[in-house]
Amino acid sequence: MEKKIANRFSSEQFRDFILNYALYIILGAIIVFVSVTTWLDPTKTPFLRVENIISIITQASTKGILALGCAGIIVLAGTDLAIGRILGLSSVVVASLVQAFTYGTRYYPQLSEMAIFQGAGWWLLPIIALILSIAISVLVSVINGFGVAVLEMHAFIITLGTSLITYGVSSLYVEGQPSGSSMSLSTFDQRFIDIALFKFVSFGPFQIPMLVFYFALTAFVMHIIWTKTVLGKNMFAVGGNLEAAAVSGVNVKKTIIGVFAMAGVLYGIGSFLETARIQSCNSSTGTNYELDAISACVIGGVSFTGGVGNIPGVVVGILLLITINFILAFLGVNAYFQYIIRGLIIIIAVAIDVRKYIAKK
Amino acid sequence: MTLSSHSSNQLRALTGSFKSITVEVVINTDNENYLLEMINIEKSFPGVKALDNAQLKLRKGTVHALMGENGAGKSTLMKCLFGIYRKDSGIIRMEGEEINFNNPRNALDNGVAMVHQELNQVLRRNVMENIWLGRFPTRNGLIDHKKMYQDTMSVFKELEIDVNPKIQIGKLSVSKRQMVEIAKTVSHNAKILVLDEPTSSLTDEEVEHLFRIIRKLCDRGVGIVYISHKLDEIKKISADVTIMRDGQWIHTCPSDSISIDEIVNLMVNRDMSHRFPPKTNTPGDVLMEVKDLTGKYEPTCKNVSFELRQGEVLGVAGLVGSRRTELLQTIFGVESLGSGTISLRGKLIDNGSPKAAIKNGFAMITEERRATGLFPLMNLIFNSTLTNIRSYLKFGLLSNHKMMEDTAWVIKSMSVKTPGQKTKIKYLSGGNQQKVIIGRWLLTKPEVLLMDEPTRGIDVGAKYEIYQLILDLAGNGKGVIMVSSEMPELVGICDRILVMSNGHMSGILEKNDLAKPNVQELIMHLSAKYV
Repeated sequence: MEKKIANRFSSEQFRDFILNYALYIILGAIIVFVSVTTWLDPTKTPFLRVENIISIITQASTKGILALGCAGIIVLAGTDLAIGRILGLSSVVVASLVQAFTYGTRYYPQLSEMAIFQGAGWWLLPIIALILSIAISVLVSVINGFGVAVLEMHAFIITLGTSLITYGVSSLYVEGQPSGSSMSLSTFDQRFIDIALFKFVSFGPFQIPMLVFYFALTAFVMHIIWTKTVLGKNMFAVGGNLEAAAVSGVNVKKTIIGVFAMAGVLYGIGSFLETARIQSCNSSTGTNYELDAISACVIGGVSFTGGVGNIPGVVVGILLLITINFILAFLGVNAYFQYIIRGLIIIIAVAIDVRKYIAKK
Repeated sequence: MTLSSHSSNQLRALTGSFKSITVEVVINTDNENYLLEMINIEKSFPGVKALDNAQLKLRKGTVHALMGENGAGKSTLMKCLFGIYRKDSGIIRMEGEEINFNNPRNALDNGVAMVHQELNQVLRRNVMENIWLGRFPTRNGLIDHKKMYQDTMSVFKELEIDVNPKIQIGKLSVSKRQMVEIAKTVSHNAKILVLDEPTSSLTDEEVEHLFRIIRKLCDRGVGIVYISHKLDEIKKISADVTIMRDGQWIHTCPSDSISIDEIVNLMVNRDMSHRFPPKTNTPGDVLMEVKDLTGKYEPTCKNVSFELRQGEVLGVAGLVGSRRTELLQTIFGVESLGSGTISLRGKLIDNGSPKAAIKNGFAMITEERRATGLFPLMNLIFNSTLTNIRSYLKFGLLSNHKMMEDTAWVIKSMSVKTPGQKTKIKYLSGGNQQKVIIGRWLLTKPEVLLMDEPTRGIDVGAKYEIYQLILDLAGNGKGVIMVSSEMPELVGICDRILVMSNGHMSGILEKNDLAKPNVQELIMHLSAKYV
């Protein structure tokens, strides 16, 4: 039967094509539309400008790193509602460590008096902050993984629970400031901010910050892990058919916890960089970040049915999502209305995704 | 009937590619009143013509066997009938009137029902709720449980089905669940019933009961389309046979005018007078010894002891529920071991998990291919190499080159028919999927292969190839344990047969037993020992 491959572009193939690329087509059309209309209308600033693009990529970088972590969990047919709160906790811890020594109401005033952190020794602080950020994120994420793998809870429930706990802990931490208030932790040392935002490549007047480089590197490493390592293959096996994976000798529990731990590492890195990008953290930092991360994965073709997805898709997904968010802000769309549109994007993305895998008639 | 099909067959040959002429001829030669007629059904999928001039004519009150290898288009034809697929062209008539159903529900409302091979039931609800699902009888807006119970009982009584309507359906055996499903179609007053491989997981006794029910339905005037791979059954139950091959109608005739060998020849278009390949393996030294094996959690096997020799194919027979599968799963570490020992070449081993079992040289081909064997959305490379994945590591990363080399070996040595290595495995036929799974396990170089219903749902031609593979494996010194519900298959390729009954081992038939003409009776007798 394979011999009778037809050359014509049949209606089924067209349908598949539309389903596979529908979201890209819709979102791409919106971007083109906005670009063209703002370009033609002399009263408006054109949208398609290098600084806008750089700004979009920069914004996409930290959330992209979160999405890269979350994508693995979705491949396992799970989900992660705790991302935003994990980032919230990690980022306030990072923030408390990297405040400028000259800032009066810093969290740890004693740090500036310790000899070890003087001069070049200061660099130990962001290193400690990064390690703590990763440790906190991995800890929470591994608890989530343990809940899914060992307690056999649905990822939705365990991550919902840990997100509340994490929020409580981060609020207590913020409240623990010497001043006793719960004001935002801000005024960071410029060297810390430069780790994320230092412009490492310039195009004439336009410069690309380090963040973009970290995102690209993370995406590359994740792509290798997904396609070239045993953990990656086992992740797809568990997500695609858990029982078959178990019979094939895959250690299912270890794989699930491993994928959650890997996500934790990325959340930790993402939290560290996001702290530097937003330069001010409080207990509500990170709110709803999980929605962007999950939306990016779904837009990028990581299916909630499990066992399907790839890293380039996630990268494209986050770029499209941030572009749309940026356009909404650029056009001055009412902030609450933006929520409505973002909600619709998630619904449409999942509705299309589900169509791809239901039996075709 | 015979005449019309023969003449149209000849005409088809004569007219060659002029299909439009054939169409008219086929319609014109019809002079009998049929319950269901499917004429010149065509259906294409991207790249594949799945149905090409397919025909089926079902007489009232008879069983019509629909035969063909997997991929011959039987299921596609049925899906066109039920509106699951939309046919590209052709006519479907029911009692002379043209019909086109939009979906199975629409078909059911019009008296056309199907019992699928894989039963779709809400396992946690009870029997009667499953039967009346979607049309619960109500009184004053509330569900009338009493009426539901009485209506269920009256259908059961009529069909002589002995099942409590209030029992949770998941607790019933497959055969009982199937009977409930048939009762459901009767409660819908179905005139046409399609049975897809109804006996694939039934014991001989249960098959007899099913046949009694089928005959009752025929007496009521129901027409039954019977899809099965079990050739001996066809002769027993069906009045007419239609044979399909490669999506095309091949032949239709009364069942008693055709022999099994002729059917097989028409199905596979090659000589298949031998259903089993010649036995070439010779059992050698003892390879594995199982002593007093008992699983930890019920339901499980109890105190099973046997030896497996190198180069031996050991069959495991038994009724559904005799814990044959549990025996294999306990050996392989899928189910926890309660007590007893397993030794390999005289050395005690611990198969605490599938992973440990694989390391110890075991392989397991599971019964439910789709549920526990395949990664349907992944390609052949993934499906072939997963079990052996660590051997492809090169400097800590997986080598695509090595993985593709091994996949190529699987495709070649198992003769898997596939467009390429990167094809998703869900697009292959059942037989080819099974070959990939066997190949996957051979890559781990196992010494003991545990196979649970390795030929279930696979067509005749591919079955023969799987038998040959099993015998070749034994011929190369491996030990094979094979669970099967098909007795001819066990007798045909096994060296010895272990019979399970209600969790216990009720006996082992030795080589000289297998040569006896009443071997199937012996097996049945042992199967019932502890029931």
